[in-house]
Amino acid sequence: MRFTYKASIAALSTVAVVAGGSLSASAQELTGDLKIFLDTSNPAPRATMEKAIAQFGELNPDLNIETTIIDREAYKTQIRNFLTANSPDVANWYAANRMKPYVEAGLFEDVSDLWAEPEIAENLASTKGAMTIDGKQWGVPYTYYQWGIYYRKDIFGELGLSEPTNWEEEKANCAKIVESGRACYAIGSKFLWTAGGWFDYLNLRTNGFDFHMELANGDVSWEDDRVRATFANWRELIDMGGFLENHQSYSWQEALPFMVQGDAASYLIGNFAVAPLREAGLSDDQLDFYQFPAINPDVALAEDAPTDTFHIPSGASNKENAKAFLRFMVSPDIQTQINAGDALGQLPVNAKSAVDDDKFLNEGFTMLSSNSPGGVAQFFDRDFPAEMAKVAMEGLQEFMVRPDNLDAILARLEKARGRIYK
Amino acid sequence: MTTTAVPPITPEPQRRSWYKRNEISVTPWLFLIPAILFFLVYVIFPIFQSFNLSAYQWDGLGEKEYVGLSNYKELWDDPAFYTSLKNNLIWLVLYLLAIPAGLFIALFLNQTVAGIRIYKSLFFFPFVISQVVVGLVFTWFYDPTFGLLNSVLGVVGLGPVNVLGDPTYVTYGIIAAGLWPQTAYCMILYLTGLNAVDPEQVEAARLDGAKGWKMLWYVIVPQLKPATFIAFVVTIVGALRSFDLISIMTNGGPFGESRVLSFYMFEVALSEYGFRMGYGAAIAVVLFLIMLCFIAYFLYSMYKEQKGH
Repeated sequence: MRFTYKASIAALSTVAVVAGGSLSASAQELTGDLKIFLDTSNPAPRATMEKAIAQFGELNPDLNIETTIIDREAYKTQIRNFLTANSPDVANWYAANRMKPYVEAGLFEDVSDLWAEPEIAENLASTKGAMTIDGKQWGVPYTYYQWGIYYRKDIFGELGLSEPTNWEEEKANCAKIVESGRACYAIGSKFLWTAGGWFDYLNLRTNGFDFHMELANGDVSWEDDRVRATFANWRELIDMGGFLENHQSYSWQEALPFMVQGDAASYLIGNFAVAPLREAGLSDDQLDFYQFPAINPDVALAEDAPTDTFHIPSGASNKENAKAFLRFMVSPDIQTQINAGDALGQLPVNAKSAVDDDKFLNEGFTMLSSNSPGGVAQFFDRDFPAEMAKVAMEGLQEFMVRPDNLDAILARLEKARGRIYK
Repeated sequence: MTTTAVPPITPEPQRRSWYKRNEISVTPWLFLIPAILFFLVYVIFPIFQSFNLSAYQWDGLGEKEYVGLSNYKELWDDPAFYTSLKNNLIWLVLYLLAIPAGLFIALFLNQTVAGIRIYKSLFFFPFVISQVVVGLVFTWFYDPTFGLLNSVLGVVGLGPVNVLGDPTYVTYGIIAAGLWPQTAYCMILYLTGLNAVDPEQVEAARLDGAKGWKMLWYVIVPQLKPATFIAFVVTIVGALRSFDLISIMTNGGPFGESRVLSFYMFEVALSEYGFRMGYGAAIAVVLFLIMLCFIAYFLYSMYKEQKGH
């Protein structure tokens, strides 16, 4: 689905009027307090969330809303304290295994009743799996985004390359890029997770979605030959000199300048990298996107699309207000608004929402809705249990720097698997 | 104003209050009570709490599960633990370089030249700025692509070296960054110490023909003993607390090779992917036992010192 900007604005405003009318009718009952904790501390997400919350406040003038925005990194540790001690009514977090510890500790409220409402059941079906643990839903998503290879179109043009669709083409492209004195792939693995993205894609393409999830759930040995096949594919790129040198010293942001200056031709990363790349001066003629190419033609393509979520802590004191807020945030018009290119710049979770007219959002939306038959994974550190993810990502980084250590690394991961999944 | 007749007060020692009778012995304790209370609650009690916690498996949220010594058993064959322990020892040894370095800078600065105060403050500057800033500055200095270090090495035909990305150099690279402020700290300790050096002894030594190294080693350094002791204490403590620099400069990487025990404990127990409280507590206990050796030594030296006077 592609929308022109004007059309989507027009559609949006009509939807907003209609939805606004219906919401304000039902919202008159909302009184009391609503305490919201968010980790959207970066400027654009912060403004987006504050705007949406203000709109919710306008619809419910008698509701006293108190929003606390916490630094994104600090939030990850603080959530444990505030969920147990002084619960807000709404808190945001991440889907899949990342929410599992809180679900198991009984800190998130079961919101299956929300998911039973037709509005949500029909329109949010695609993300239901990521929100489900033990057959119940524990929150609602509010945004997600695609991963894939962002590349310098002008460099590809200069070298006479085209978007690859299979592994052979990918490697042939990379060989030519390396020959021209550039790195094929920018990456900054100082904080490890970017290496997890590479493993996700290589493993999804080599062994498929189901195998990847079995590995994430601890059902397959890390020393399995299929895992080794994934690493063998990875090693081809490493031996070629495909990855940015000294990537272990850089964060993902610090690796961006290499791409901007043309020292690296592409970057496997999430859609959040587009904004800083544009700010650094790359125009849409220079920057483009392609889906990670197929490696094993027998496995269906599957993608990473990390989903961010809203939850109601079980210690919340205004659960009905919180549920109304969750309903509001996943409604089609608000989804369109908060995920627009000038807001979060990501994909709306509601099937009735409009995707903003942005090249990358449109490509991502098409890719995830029609060209990801294998399934949609969350991300390495969200699909694997936190402890396993940490040990594994360290091993992945070591592999990228010292590929000869593979046997020792896999033995270490296998041992960790034995301990972690009991 | 009329003067009222005041009955003469006769001293009645028997009827003095209990407090009055024991004032001399009780008052110090009264003053100490707040400190003792806080020390017990915030230092002593948590130590035992950690000991206790290290026998449990706990994610900080759910139920604690008693596992006995299995956390320690796991530590015993955890390669990451040995890497951290080894790095801790390297830190302890190399960090002590700050003491002689501080002494020599102090000796160098201990002269009366115009503007010496400015030079002293400039040398002291790195200790004043935050460790986070020190870490960032050195990270940029070491940067493999744009860093000053590699530019200089390039001029003399060496390099490039990715100090913070290479498991062999990374710990030394961070220690070098840590030595910068620590040397300044030792320097200031010695500068104050040098003020207390007895000029008559120096004069006497000079008359006896002592100069250069002999003068330094046999006359000056013995008089600086209190300063050396404090410098030793703060340096050892600094080495064992080395956390912020590692966190800023490498985040424990590459692949965990620059971790020390305190950082590993934080990672295991409190970081984004951690929350194994029991295991973290076990690491803390090991770190505590190492520190205990030094604490015991320091207390013993101080006790001896007190007795000597």
